[in-house]
Amino acid sequence: MRARFLPHPLLSFTLFIVWLLLANSLSINSIVFAAILGILIPVFTQPYWPDMPTLSRPGGMLAYAGIVIYDIVVANIQVALIVLFKPRAQLQPAWVTVPLDIRSPEAITMLAGTITLTPGTVSCDLTEDGRAILVHCLHAPDPEGVSAEIKSRYERRLKEIFE
Amino acid sequence: MPFWVELTVTVFLVIAGVFGFVGSYGLIKLPDPMSRLHAPTKATTLGVGGVLIASMVYFYATTGRISAHELMVTLFLLLTAPITALFIAKVHLHLRKTPKDLPSAGEGSGWASYTAAGPARGVRDFPRQPEEPAPAPATPR
Repeated sequence: MRARFLPHPLLSFTLFIVWLLLANSLSINSIVFAAILGILIPVFTQPYWPDMPTLSRPGGMLAYAGIVIYDIVVANIQVALIVLFKPRAQLQPAWVTVPLDIRSPEAITMLAGTITLTPGTVSCDLTEDGRAILVHCLHAPDPEGVSAEIKSRYERRLKEIFE
Repeated sequence: MPFWVELTVTVFLVIAGVFGFVGSYGLIKLPDPMSRLHAPTKATTLGVGGVLIASMVYFYATTGRISAHELMVTLFLLLTAPITALFIAKVHLHLRKTPKDLPSAGEGSGWASYTAAGPARGVRDFPRQPEEPAPAPATPR
């Protein structure tokens, strides 16, 4: 019964907080409405997200967010330099296959989002069995290195958080 | 408004402007569609991020309250930017590429864009529709 009422407690909590921040007030109106949204939205979207994700180390999420934000800033500068100063002929775009060790759909989604957000790499496709991810690199003289870096820097941490 | 606040706001606005410009310039300069996809996804992260930080500092200095809306804008951008990029990349894979152009997907599997059973509903003029083999194209791409 509880599972039907609150299929995703974390999602409910997040929706509650996000609605309060959007409303930018703590009046009784917005609190009630936030609670209604937090209960109804997970119920209606449950068919598309049947299983509860397992979070073994939720605290790792904050450290992960910090690393990703730092990488976004650094990589943005690198891509800006490439766009501004590198002649077209010297660009070496490459497709890279990154084999995956993580299996949880939520972890793979976060990894794909991270790859796209850190500039210079865009995740494009997943294999049918979900065991590898296709990444396009803007400038990769060393495609193996890109794959290894994604695995050691992001995937290892996601594996600790989710599995 | 004290001088250091003005300075901080200005610095973040200029940084944001520079990255927004570089993102748009990259759209012109980079050679092929997949590379071009990289440039605008950058402008959203640091370019918009700079404007949002400037906005938070400005409103904190003028009204004394921390506004949460900038955090929400950041959250929604970080959630939606990868999805838009993925859609564009997928369309590109379907229209301009074949599995031969891509690296191997590993044994016993293929890239999901090509191995899925059929085109999504609503995609009428999908070029590799399995039921109706397309007539030989007059001009090869």
